Amino acid sequence: MTPELMAAGAQARAAYEQRSATAGKGGGFGRPLSAGEVVFTQGVALYLQDVTVSFDGFKALNKLSLTIDVGELRCIIGPNGAGKTTMMDCITGKTRPDSGKVFFGSNIDLLRLNEPDIAQVGVGRKFQKPTVYEQLSVFENLELNLRNDRSVRAGLFSRLSGEQLDKLGDLLTLIHLKAEAQRTAGLLSHGQKQWLEIGMLLAQEPKLLLLDEPVAGMTDEETERTAELFLTLEGQHSLVVVEHDMKFVDQLTEGRKKVTVLHEGSVLAEGLLSDVQNNQKVVEVYLGR
Amino acid sequence: MIPPRSASGAPPQGGAPSGPAEPGPRLPLGARFWTGVLVAVIVVAVVVPLMNLAVPEGHVLHLSDFYVSLFGKILCYAICALAMDLIWGYTGILSLGHGLFFALGGYAMGMYLMRQIGTDGQYKSHMPDFMVFLDWKEFPWTWALSDSFIAQMALVVLVPGLLAFVFGYFAFRSRIKGVYFSIITQALTFAAMLLFFRNETGFGGNNGFTDFKRILGAPITQNMKVLLFVLSGLTLVGFFLMSRAIVGSKAGRVLQAIRDAETRVMFSGYDPIAYKLAIWTLSAVMCGVAGALYVPQVGIINPSEMSPAAGIEIAIWAAVGGRGTLIGPIIGAFFVNGAKSWFTVAFPEFWLFFLGALFIAVTLFLPQGLLGLYRKLRKRASADKA
Amino acid sequence: MVYRLLLCLFLAVAPLAAFGLTTEQAARIAGGESEDRIAALNEVVAAVDPALGPLLEALLADEVKVAGGKAYIVRGDTVTEAASGVAATLPADSEDVVNNNRVRREFEAALAALKLFSPDAAVRAKAIDDLRDGADEGKLVVLEKAIAGERDAGLKARLELLRAAVMISSDDKAKRLAAAQLLADSEQPATRSLLIEKLASETDAEVKSAISASLAKVQSRLAWGERLGVMFSGISLGSILLLVALGLAITYGLMGVINMAHGELMMIGAYATYLVQNLFRAWLPDAFDWYILAAIPASFLAAALVGAVLERSVIRWLYGRPLETLLATWGISLILMQLVRTIFGAQNVGVENPAWLSGGLQVLPNLTLPYNRIAIVVFAMLVLAGVALLISRTRLGLFVRGVTQNRRMAACVGVNTARVDTYAFSLGAGIAGLAGCALSQVGNVGPDLGQGYIVDSFLVVVLGGVGQLAGTVYAGLGLGVLNKLLEGWQGAVLAKIMVLGFIVVFIQKRPQGIFALKGREA
Repeated sequence: MTPELMAAGAQARAAYEQRSATAGKGGGFGRPLSAGEVVFTQGVALYLQDVTVSFDGFKALNKLSLTIDVGELRCIIGPNGAGKTTMMDCITGKTRPDSGKVFFGSNIDLLRLNEPDIAQVGVGRKFQKPTVYEQLSVFENLELNLRNDRSVRAGLFSRLSGEQLDKLGDLLTLIHLKAEAQRTAGLLSHGQKQWLEIGMLLAQEPKLLLLDEPVAGMTDEETERTAELFLTLEGQHSLVVVEHDMKFVDQLTEGRKKVTVLHEGSVLAEGLLSDVQNNQKVVEVYLGR
Repeated sequence: MIPPRSASGAPPQGGAPSGPAEPGPRLPLGARFWTGVLVAVIVVAVVVPLMNLAVPEGHVLHLSDFYVSLFGKILCYAICALAMDLIWGYTGILSLGHGLFFALGGYAMGMYLMRQIGTDGQYKSHMPDFMVFLDWKEFPWTWALSDSFIAQMALVVLVPGLLAFVFGYFAFRSRIKGVYFSIITQALTFAAMLLFFRNETGFGGNNGFTDFKRILGAPITQNMKVLLFVLSGLTLVGFFLMSRAIVGSKAGRVLQAIRDAETRVMFSGYDPIAYKLAIWTLSAVMCGVAGALYVPQVGIINPSEMSPAAGIEIAIWAAVGGRGTLIGPIIGAFFVNGAKSWFTVAFPEFWLFFLGALFIAVTLFLPQGLLGLYRKLRKRASADKA
Repeated sequence: MVYRLLLCLFLAVAPLAAFGLTTEQAARIAGGESEDRIAALNEVVAAVDPALGPLLEALLADEVKVAGGKAYIVRGDTVTEAASGVAATLPADSEDVVNNNRVRREFEAALAALKLFSPDAAVRAKAIDDLRDGADEGKLVVLEKAIAGERDAGLKARLELLRAAVMISSDDKAKRLAAAQLLADSEQPATRSLLIEKLASETDAEVKSAISASLAKVQSRLAWGERLGVMFSGISLGSILLLVALGLAITYGLMGVINMAHGELMMIGAYATYLVQNLFRAWLPDAFDWYILAAIPASFLAAALVGAVLERSVIRWLYGRPLETLLATWGISLILMQLVRTIFGAQNVGVENPAWLSGGLQVLPNLTLPYNRIAIVVFAMLVLAGVALLISRTRLGLFVRGVTQNRRMAACVGVNTARVDTYAFSLGAGIAGLAGCALSQVGNVGPDLGQGYIVDSFLVVVLGGVGQLAGTVYAGLGLGVLNKLLEGWQGAVLAKIMVLGFIVVFIQKRPQGIFALKGREA
């Protein structure tokens, strides 16, 4: 425990306390929780405990334990096969772990929900490979992800309100695709598709964002823009970013945020990027013995 | 809302957001569309009846009874093709057993028509001939409501709808997709066909229902058949407009998203099962209604209407015309059935060769169907001009 | 003069029989009212006169004429007197003897009854079997005589059962009671029907309870035969489904191609068998029984060739588009069916079983296992073993497995995936041809041979999962047995519906089927 880390911890705690003072509803004495709504009273956005997933004997996740605070931006790094994508699969409901706990906030047990419900409760995921709706236009892609009623009836009869139109306009501007609003998404460039997908994620207004290699295939300039965007999101949202690009991770962590290293399905090391990069075990794992 | 952040010194996007251009379906529903609809309505409701009833026989503009009945039949098939487009063209679910829903609607109508025969059958009994032949003394429970027009019409909608709902619920919930799903629909319709072939099931066995005399007390004359033709055509137009509204709405886009990237749709928070189930049940009801309109015009219904071959033909009408366009499958239905009509008269041995070759040609060379081909040619023509 | 001749002959013949067949008796049997003829017949049968045999055979062959109170046997130009066997001339006013069905049956029963006294045990056994239907009160005397003279214990027991079957209809209560108790030892399904019938019509309580006790015993003995019979037909159907689905599983597992023309490839195999049969019949009639051995490779090659052509021309262009492949192959199936109809005609063609496949193995009195079905089970196992060997031990099999699991990687290491596709598809098609050859031995061969099995084979593939042959085996055999079990319970159509319902429910729990490739992709 170094003095720098302690100072960082104190800073984070202060920031959190300030945030939670102005936070919205939450449980407390005399105030009941509303069902299905996530609650962050304990300052924890995501809690994984001893999560184990094995495929046919091979342990993809091996007693993985991880805690993400509310408003935190955590970067997860690790060699291929470390279990990063499997971890995301478990959180979003695509894979059921053999054992362990996965909690969103203080009260939502993610293992009991299915994918659409997890998305509706406020967990958004961006995939490794940009997955947009290729046959629909950029605008329609964003519109589909807008946070609103997801039922069939709403789908048939709802119309976009002015406020929603504004929101979509702002989003389009944010992801620099305003001019391409009517273009078919399948025709966008790779980087543009990544941005569209980030836009779709933001349209859902998630409280927790899971970003799987968000800048893969982007140019340096695009990477920088992405880092700036994530930094603005931090605080209001909790972010988990899985990345290989160390320059990008450096931009995100700004020298003071925690980085987690995964290896063979469990946490190998956690700490500042500079410390982790000097950690002997991490070096061995990345460079081989 | 997240405030826009400028990057590397570029000035922020100024002023209030101007809003995106034309939200909603990108295909315009302008004057051309509505003129087309109007023309269709006039042709169906006015022109054809005049050509058949008012124009005397022998005149060049006279449309014979045979053609009225043929076109009426094809109109009903076109409704099925439209339903198939909704589930296959837009939602990516290939059903090989939609003929079952068509046949069930037809049987429901047929039951009513059999009761309407009254005592004019061969055995002069108040029970249908086939029941007298089987020596049955009373109606089975399935025929309890067959006397009432309203009740049977309700069954035309309810029976296919309910069956589709239950089957779809179990099938979609188990995440059966793609080819596996298609095979199971084929097995379902095959099993149903076998069931209906049995005499004991109480639906006329392999002869089915035929020899209809009256609807609602009125005898089935040519006037009545023309009326049914008009009804079929108007129903087709009505269903077409409804389908247009559906695919143009957000739900329609969700369906297309389900077709292209179902897993992603789940992560967007939509429950694909609810959407698939809704469109699946709707398409089944559409086919049921089509079957009910079909039976009095053709005068017979038997279990071969629910054979797997019949169900697969519906898919080929949609594919030939052009999936995902709504109008394409209607064209496809007319084209294929028109060809069938011609072949079975001129070169009956070659019909199946033609149909088989059509299947292969459409999948290999015309994935967008005839409509797609037409649009490509038009684009090339206008590109040549430019 | 004639009389004296007859007397001498009679005396000559007399040592051969206890009582001779008199002219008068012969005449009474040959002509007159049915009732009288049967009565006369029973009289003579009771006497067990060997001369009766030839007369009965002649009567059954319509070679007897009656004239002037005498019966004559006419065979071509030779005329003999029925009773004595002496040659004679046929009077001009002779009439043909007409036998109606009832009389015929009596004659046949009487012949069987006579054979009860043959020196050959096998002939006697067969006679007992033949008499099962024809035994009635009139034969009682004969039966008693046979029982008295029978030295073989087994045959004697069967004769006693036969007598009991007759006696259960007797007027004497004691006899009926004895008969009912005796019949408990029977192993014949016919006895069960008889007991059921008598149970309904019997009025005496004691006899009735004896009958139901015997009935219960007979039922349980027969039940085993029936259970085994259902199991066997389930395995037989399962082996056929296995053969049919094996080829489909290979092409689907490898290329994701659901081949709707699979049934037609089977049909091609069946028609190839038909052609080989005709060839043998025309050119090698002595070796006809062995045509099946030539038909097996012929049907494999024919179907494989057609499969290769299809793959090269149509299916390879649809790789990665399973729904379109489904439709395109349906189109191919329509074309193939119509082609066969045009060449061979729309009606079924006849394919005969070779002699060594006809008939069956009688395991229990009510259970006969047909040889052709046994052969198909064995054949299916051999084909399965062959395919398993091919897949696991040969280079082609290795390539097939590699391409199935990771096509791009296989292409990267130099496997010619296009050629592997063609070979694998041809293999699947060839197996379909073998299935068609097998089907030709148990069913009709016509243009729509394939249509009957296509839905079932798809369901086997869906249920079994792809990637491993074991899935197809379990699914095929399982569905066959399940189908037959349910059929016996509810009838064929409801059985099919229930099987379909079972599959939908099973797929809910396990969407990838019984066996599937495991891993993240699953």
